[in-house]
This record gives sequence, structure tokens and C-alpha cells, in this order.
Amino acid sequence: MVYLDHNATTPLDQRVWQAMQPYLSEQYGNPSSAHALGRAARAALDLAREQVAQLVNAHPSQVIFTSGGTEANNAAIKGVAFSSTATKPAMKMVIGATEHASVRAPAESLQRHGWQVERVGCEESGIVSAHVLAQAITGSTRMASVMWANNESGAINPLAELAGVCREHEVLLHTDAVQAAGKLALDFAASGAQLMSLSAHKLYGPKGVGALIVDKAVSLEPLLHGGGQERGGRCGTENVAGIIGFGKAAELAVVELAERQRHSLRLRDYFEQTLSRVLPQAVIFAAGAERLPNTSFFAIPPLEGRTLIMALDRMGFAVASGSACGSEQHQPSHVLKAMGVATELAHGALRVSFGQQNTESDVDGLISALQSQIKQLQAMGAATAWS
Amino acid sequence: MSMKKPIYFDYSATTPVDPRVAEKMCRYLTMDDGLFGNAASRSHQYGWDVEAAIDEARKNVADLIAADPKEIVWTSGATESDNLAIKGVAHFYRKKGNHIITSKTEHKAVLDTCRQLEREGFEVTYLDPEESGLIDLAKLEAAMTEQTILVSIMHVNNEIGVIQDVKAIGELCRSKKILFHVDGAQSCGKVEVDVNEMKIDLLSMSAHKIYGPKGMGALYVRRKPRVRLEAQMHGGGHERGMRSGTLATHQIVGMGEAFRLAKEEMATENERVRMLRDRLMNGLSDIEEVYVNGDVEQRVPHNLNISFNFVEGESLMMALSDLAVSSGSACTSASLEPSYVLRALGRSDELAHSSIRFSIGRFTTEADVDHAIKLCHEKIQKLRDLSPLWDMFKAGIDLSTVQWSAH
Repeated sequence: MVYLDHNATTPLDQRVWQAMQPYLSEQYGNPSSAHALGRAARAALDLAREQVAQLVNAHPSQVIFTSGGTEANNAAIKGVAFSSTATKPAMKMVIGATEHASVRAPAESLQRHGWQVERVGCEESGIVSAHVLAQAITGSTRMASVMWANNESGAINPLAELAGVCREHEVLLHTDAVQAAGKLALDFAASGAQLMSLSAHKLYGPKGVGALIVDKAVSLEPLLHGGGQERGGRCGTENVAGIIGFGKAAELAVVELAERQRHSLRLRDYFEQTLSRVLPQAVIFAAGAERLPNTSFFAIPPLEGRTLIMALDRMGFAVASGSACGSEQHQPSHVLKAMGVATELAHGALRVSFGQQNTESDVDGLISALQSQIKQLQAMGAATAWS
Repeated sequence: MSMKKPIYFDYSATTPVDPRVAEKMCRYLTMDDGLFGNAASRSHQYGWDVEAAIDEARKNVADLIAADPKEIVWTSGATESDNLAIKGVAHFYRKKGNHIITSKTEHKAVLDTCRQLEREGFEVTYLDPEESGLIDLAKLEAAMTEQTILVSIMHVNNEIGVIQDVKAIGELCRSKKILFHVDGAQSCGKVEVDVNEMKIDLLSMSAHKIYGPKGMGALYVRRKPRVRLEAQMHGGGHERGMRSGTLATHQIVGMGEAFRLAKEEMATENERVRMLRDRLMNGLSDIEEVYVNGDVEQRVPHNLNISFNFVEGESLMMALSDLAVSSGSACTSASLEPSYVLRALGRSDELAHSSIRFSIGRFTTEADVDHAIKLCHEKIQKLRDLSPLWDMFKAGIDLSTVQWSAH
């Protein structure tokens, strides 16, 4: 089986696993305990906090560990909305049209509390541009949330420009950097964003751990109460092994970033060039945008996405039709819809996301598999079913 | 000073992951076994394989509490479960009523969540437990009003180990049509839990208190009659919309295995643990001026919370650095305040300050207990020898009559 779905999740790096292991055996203290075992766990958390801070050039005190990207996004959006400094009871939030469900859903939940939530559209290329964001911002806008890079298309948003608009209008900016971290060099301090969400399992760390990076000037109402962990910012006994794993994965991602980028970009370019050559009808989405180096989002008319994915699975290739979190719904991707892609074409969408362990022969195998599917479809004369 | 590791007597704070649990977890992490997938991935084998493992874990957790697997919602731990249960009910049933009843000896995850709801306009009654630590049913009933939508009472207290009569409380709540949430973080795997027999509507569970991984928990949410919740984490719609977020497969598998082992081994393990606890209690009972905190009978065998009068708890903990014990719950151990649980029981500040919690578990041995007994005798003697209060007490002076001069 060839795994080509690294934007859904990544396998744990062996080195990360080695770092975690002691915390699943002899180093089992509760970091809140005053005795030696507890203090050892606390010290290990401190190191992980530094490692995660370094991943995005933040200060360790800006890192709040969470149970993952979804929690970080919820904590950011609801935390700002319900914080005591929200002078007016209900205000406005602006989010990008291509946001992950874990940003869209908490933002929508604010509507029940009287908040106005506006989704701003994206360009055809998939990026949310600064002037569109500026148009949506009004006097009552408290916060904007625009992802650093999109999980489906890989399109990278112009964060510096977006932050500039927010700064000008005194609007807080949150960015979901779950897909960008480990694939791009991120600089929280320079980004202009006040809040940033991260996840470990997208960068060869464990599932069930993430972080919210918060500028100290931002007042946040915590999502979870009780116990006072993370300086009250996130209560609950820390997932020590998970956090240690996140720290190690972050450290490796910093050290190996350039090499990883080179590797995945080489595979992605090779894949897209070959695909365009052997199946010229293929459409590559967001090709006009700057993209994550590992992500290719495309359709090969007249192949239908879901059918194709199942066929590829049988042939030993794990790919996706879009986000894993939306994979239970049969609707076409909201990202493609926002990009103005026709529904029919969107139904054919396939996402390939490369990782460290993929090779050129994986690409060759995938291309042959895609070709054989096209041939099979043509042989069945079913191609007309498309129209 | 010996450099060997302290003997662990803090199983109520957290437990080591059972090696059998760790072994199972590690299969769901790296590329080797191909079981690292995202359970929400519907498009390939990697996703389906882990989904099956998660289903099995869900069944194991449900089995321990006699629930249906469909009633289990995965969370990041008991704190999240408590938050989800209490805020989730409060926000969903807000139109029905705005009153919640809990007790003063609950874990901070319940108390702080209730405080937050008070800020949102809810009314919360914090019941005083009896001196034994147990809730008086008549007082609970008296606190119930037309507006009461939820009662939240823990099954087993984390500091003193007393077991509430949740069955009686459950029956009372059901008869009044009030939802009943139980913080079961310290009870699941230590005492029998049957959500139907006990008429529990919501039950918070933790993995790391019962030899599973930290950062993992679950919330039982009754389906018949159906209990509704407002989700606290929104997103991809995982866990039937009640809790979004990519499922941490290895964590879930770990919790499932820990709960399966707990069910299998609870009876024999409790017997052994009780024997050790009683040995410890008997071994310490010949020290003068010791007081066991909380009911001795209605108590999990794992816990011994004991106050050594005229010895200051923090000094005792330092003196007992060969033992990993706590002077309260781990979550409040950073503060030097006396335990709010012991205060709620009516213990004096002095006795609350001199309390030590020993919690015993799967890997505690008789030799560990004997060493602890010996050490306590030595150190307490030493500390008391240095204490003027102890001298006065021994001289027969009633300390409560002494007029302390201000300085």
C-alpha cells in the first residue's frame, strides 16, 4: 500500500516515538505533582514547549498545548468571542471561505450568541486576498480567521498582507496553520497574527495533541475549566507523552524543513508534469497560487472522484477526495466551490499529498493506476455517463 | 541520601501505562504496522483499519460501565468530559431551567466549570458533604427546585477516596426528572459502575487514572431516555457531532485496553490493594494523633488520606521524599492552601495542612508499604521532636486555649 494522504495524517516518526516511549513507561508522573516524578514530567513539558515555540518562532510562554488542531481553532475563536474584553456583547467575525470545518463550525456556533459571521470568498487560485478581507471588515469586526495554507488545495494565503489589513482596522487575526507547519517556515512573531493553531499529527507527531500560539496581549476565555494547567489557559492533565512527541516532531521539522520541502516538491512536480503529459485532460487546482510543496489537488475528467478513490485503494494507493473530516459527506469540496470550480469537475477531485517516505516509483505507480482507470472507463464506454 | 527512585504512592494523581496497554498503543503510531491512518479517512484502507480498532475500544469502555458503545464519546480526558457534560447540558437545557446542584468536594474540573456557568447567569448550589465526605440525600433533595436541570456528583473522591451512593442519588434525580452527571474519573475500574442500575445520565471517564495514557478520556451520554448536549468543540462532526477533532487512535486503543484489563482484573486487584492499604493503615495507626480523613468503610481500597497532627504537610512531604505522595490532589498541589476537600469535611486548617494522601495501585508491593510505614515513623518522630506545638501538647496544654501574640 502506498500512502499518499499526508495532509489527512502522517505516520509517527520513529525518532519521535523513541522520545515519547519513556513517558509511556517509567516517566509517568503527573506534571502537577510536587514530587520528583511530577517535576520530571514538568521539565519535559518545558522542553517540548520550547521546541514547539521554535517551530513557529514564538516565545515558549505563548504556547498553549491542546488536544489537537480542532481544539486550538475552537479555543481561539470562542476564546476571543467570550473573553471579558469583548466590549460589546456580540460582534462580527470574518473567516475565509476555504477554512477547515474546525474554524467554520465554531464560528457558526457564535451566531447563536448573536455574532455576525461573514465568509469572504477566495480568488480562482484558491487564495483569500487582502482587499476582499478589507471589504468585509466593518467597525464591529473583532476578529478574522484565515488559514495559512489550505488543506485541500495547498494554496498559501498572503498572510502578511492579510495581517496588514487587520492591523489597520484593529482586528485580531487568527490563522489555522495546521497544514502549513512542518511544510513551510513559519514566523509567528513576524506574521502579524495574534493567534495560530498547530497540530502534531500533520508533521509526523502523534494524534491528539496540538497547540494554540497566543500573543499575550490577547485576552482569551478558556475552553476548558478546572485544574489551572497551562496557566489556566487549558485545563486538564497534560498529555505528557503526546506533548513530548509534538516537541520532538517540531524539532525535527525545523532541522529537516529544507530537505523535506525539496523532497516533496520534487515528487509533486514530477507527478504533475507526468500527469499533464499522459492525461492532458487533467485539471490541477490552485495551480496559479503559491502552494504547499507536497500537495496536488486535481481532477481527470471524466473520472468521478469517489469511484476513482475506491479503485485506487484496491490497487494499493491511499489518496483522498479532499479533507478527511469532510469525507463522510458526499458533497463536493467547499474549497473548490469557493474557487468557482464547476460542480461536475469538483466531483472528480482527488488530493494527493506526499510525505517523507514517498518515492518516485510511488508516483510512477500512481500514474499507471490512473491511466489504467481511464482505459478501463473508455473500454466500458462509460465515459458518456459523465455528461 | 539514596539516589534510587522514590516509591510511588500517588496512583490517584496518575498511573503508569500498563506495559500491555503500551504494547497495544505502539502498533497504532508508526508506519511499521500501517495502522497510523486518520479514522475519518473514508477513502482508503488506512482509515478503515483504525476505525475498526476504535470500535473495539469503544466496546471495551462501554462494557466496563454496562453501556452501549454508541453512548461513548471520546474526549481528551476527564476534565474535558466534565466540561462537556456540564456546559453541554446547561447550554442545551437553558430554557428548561438554570439551576445546577453539585458538591463542595468535587474536582476542580467540575467546580471551575460551575463557576463559569455562574458567570453566564446560571445558579449553582454547592452542597456541604457530611463529615464522612458523603452527601446527605435529604439535603440534596431539599436543594432541588423546579429550575434544577442537572446534578453533578462525583462517584469516588480523588483526595479521600470515599464512594458516594450514586445509585440512590441517581434514583432521586430520575424521580425528579433531573439529569445526573457523575465524575467517574476515580471510580471506573476501581468500583463497579453500571450506568443503568445507577441511573447515570452522563459519566466522565479518564484513561490515565487506570493505567491508560494521559490526554485521553470519554464521556458516557445516555441514549434512552436521550440526553442532549451542546457540543463544546465544533468542527468535522466527529463523535456524532458531540466532539469534533481527529481521533487519536493510539490513545483510544490504549484507553480501551486499559478498561478491558480493569474489567478483567478489578476483583482480584482490589483484594490485593485492600490488603496493602489495610497493612499501611494498621502500620501507621500506632503513631500518636493520626486521623483518617473521610469514611473508612465507604471508600476505595486504593486510598488512605491521613492527617498527622502537629506535623506540617509540606515539611512531611519533604521529609518523605523517598515516597511519591501528595498532600492533596495533583491539580491543586502547587498551591499551599489547605485542601478544600478536607475543609469541606469540617477538618481544621491544622489537620488539613498535615494531611498526606497515599494512593496504592497495581505495582505497589508489600515491601513498599513496609518501607513507607518505617519511614513515616522515623520522620514524624523527628519533625515532632522539633515542634514546640508538639511539646506543648505533650505537656498537656490545650492548644485551642492558647492566646497567640501577634507579631
